[in-house]
Amino acid sequence: MSTVIYVPKDSAARSVGADAVARAIAGQAAERGADIRIVRNGSRGMFWLEPLVEVETEAGRIAYGPVAAEDVPSLFDAEFLAGGDHARALGPTEEIAYLKNQERLTFARVGVIDPLDLAAYEAHGGLAGLRAALAMDGAAVCETVLESGLRGRGGAGFPTGIKWKTVHDQPDCRKYICCNADEGDSGTFADRMIMEGDPFALIEGMVIAGLAVGAEDGYVYIRSEYPDAIVAMVEAAAVLGRAGWLGADVDGSGRTFRLHIRRGAGAYICGEESSMLESLEGKRGTVRAKPPIPAIQGLFGKPTVVNNVLTLATVPVILAKGAEHYRDFGMGRSRGTQPFQLAGNIKRGGLVEKAFGVTLRRLVEEFGGGTASGRPFRAAQVGGPLGAYVNDAMLDLDTDYEAMAGANAMLGHGGIVVFDDSVDMAAMARFAFEFCEIESCGKCTPCRIGAVRGKETVEKIQRGEDVAGNLELVADLCETMRDGSLCAMGGLTPMPVLSAMRLFPEDFDTAPRVAAE
Amino acid sequence: MKDAANAPPGAEADAQAICQVICQTICAEHGNDPTALLEIFHDIQERAGHVPEGVLPAIAEALNLSRAEVYGVLSFYHDYRRAPAGPVVVKLCRAEACQSMGALDLIADVCARRGISLGGTSEDGVTIEPVYCLGNCALSPAAMVNGTLIGRVDGARLDSAILEARS
Repeated sequence: MSTVIYVPKDSAARSVGADAVARAIAGQAAERGADIRIVRNGSRGMFWLEPLVEVETEAGRIAYGPVAAEDVPSLFDAEFLAGGDHARALGPTEEIAYLKNQERLTFARVGVIDPLDLAAYEAHGGLAGLRAALAMDGAAVCETVLESGLRGRGGAGFPTGIKWKTVHDQPDCRKYICCNADEGDSGTFADRMIMEGDPFALIEGMVIAGLAVGAEDGYVYIRSEYPDAIVAMVEAAAVLGRAGWLGADVDGSGRTFRLHIRRGAGAYICGEESSMLESLEGKRGTVRAKPPIPAIQGLFGKPTVVNNVLTLATVPVILAKGAEHYRDFGMGRSRGTQPFQLAGNIKRGGLVEKAFGVTLRRLVEEFGGGTASGRPFRAAQVGGPLGAYVNDAMLDLDTDYEAMAGANAMLGHGGIVVFDDSVDMAAMARFAFEFCEIESCGKCTPCRIGAVRGKETVEKIQRGEDVAGNLELVADLCETMRDGSLCAMGGLTPMPVLSAMRLFPEDFDTAPRVAAE
Repeated sequence: MKDAANAPPGAEADAQAICQVICQTICAEHGNDPTALLEIFHDIQERAGHVPEGVLPAIAEALNLSRAEVYGVLSFYHDYRRAPAGPVVVKLCRAEACQSMGALDLIADVCARRGISLGGTSEDGVTIEPVYCLGNCALSPAAMVNGTLIGRVDGARLDSAILEARS
């Protein structure tokens, strides 16, 4: 029987040479007459070990990493096909502490199976949720999701079950499911990993959502920066369509669910739900004023469920194992698990799915291993470019929606970007305004003008011009943006700016440097 | 989703006319559906290398939109080029995670070596553009060279990727 070798096809693994490794393994095997079968799986999410090669042995899957193409002949020499020892050997994959100490529900299959192998998907628990949903009525599915405590993983944390029930309760008419896969936040890649590593789970979640609320059409809005994810989703939809899980008669139930995959075009703002809906309608991605909420008037003016990739990809396991199973993880009103993404200047960057409540310190230090540069930790930005910066003392915060909000921070989409002590926080505050200037849709004045004026004012502070007066001006401007913007773009840009000013005042105190010049 | 054909079509004199025909074909492929405008622009750009302004009236007519609406969408999104780029397009991420690993210095260095500013095209046909997150934040800094993602980028890795993109 052929020995199965796993080499990730995830784009991050490919970005550091996974394709060359796969070619080298195939070449060496042919040369040596070894009977192997290469499976291109998703990534396990331990990116410092990528390309991570796994070999299926009698003792389970044995990991080697990071493997370069040049290492491959020596791996064969060391008999890695039988799990032989080698400088790159990491032992059984599941025993690697980083992975072993996680609670993977949403990511249970990511990195384990070939993402487009439907039989493997089913063998690892796939489609059980959809089968369960097909046997329930829509209201009961909404109720199960509500009971699970699942909240929107895009960042806002709104209870998913309530959103679904609102759409369900709208009078009979055309309804839509929209998956927001415009994962533009720096420091996040969980949506991409799902779409590349377990696309069936996302689609299964969308079909369940459609059954729950009575929608027959689903749209996935994927950012154009993710070409591999787009390909994977298109292929996965084709596989499910051929197998009868999508289309006019979902698994012979007589129910219809059609999936449409749309590409974004490089606009960060289209991750804001109303802007995404405009974009899906083929228009400029300007935000809509709320109310009405999308659950009442969404895509094409019809009731629409808009959920993030992680939210929808988590639904199948909730339906399969029950609301209680999911709700038993987590703390307070943050139930279940959160896929955290450790990014930036961090030694062991990657995907860590943990129950809510794990401290930031445990994530950054125990999982992440501190900074990549080896210099002291100085700051982390949590929750994307609109999230607050935290300092060392704040690392003891629990990752819980309410605890974070109570500390003037936010969990967002679970991205944690680490900075060492070489970071200039005034420059980061300036960049927050600059990013808002570049990405603002331009509809409302506080965001459109505020971003420009904010950037200019921070530049004055950086030059040492009337520092005290200008700091006050920035704080005042931030209040205007927070209270007066139509959406989170302008409304939350003050988060990184004000947190940088509050926690790292020394970086804004440029007067002595100017005086010395 | 279709294979990119970056070469601009035909001789310059015929380019406009050919482009018009291509546009009409692409619009028809999408059922002349105005909600597919973003996909239509993507397809045009993949075939023609950019979206020439001269094709906007043809799109407006095919989709039953005003020219202003079509122009408005084209000008809103960062992805769409209104002028051709070089044969090699390098996107360098300058979002926070990549900044934490020295992306701004890398970008300044890459641009200086090629004698261009960010967004420009060097004499040897390399366009350097900023991008805000490629979803490779655990392997920062990140870059994309003609659609291929590269992690832990430095000058040498970028040079070899550019060389590979040319061949």
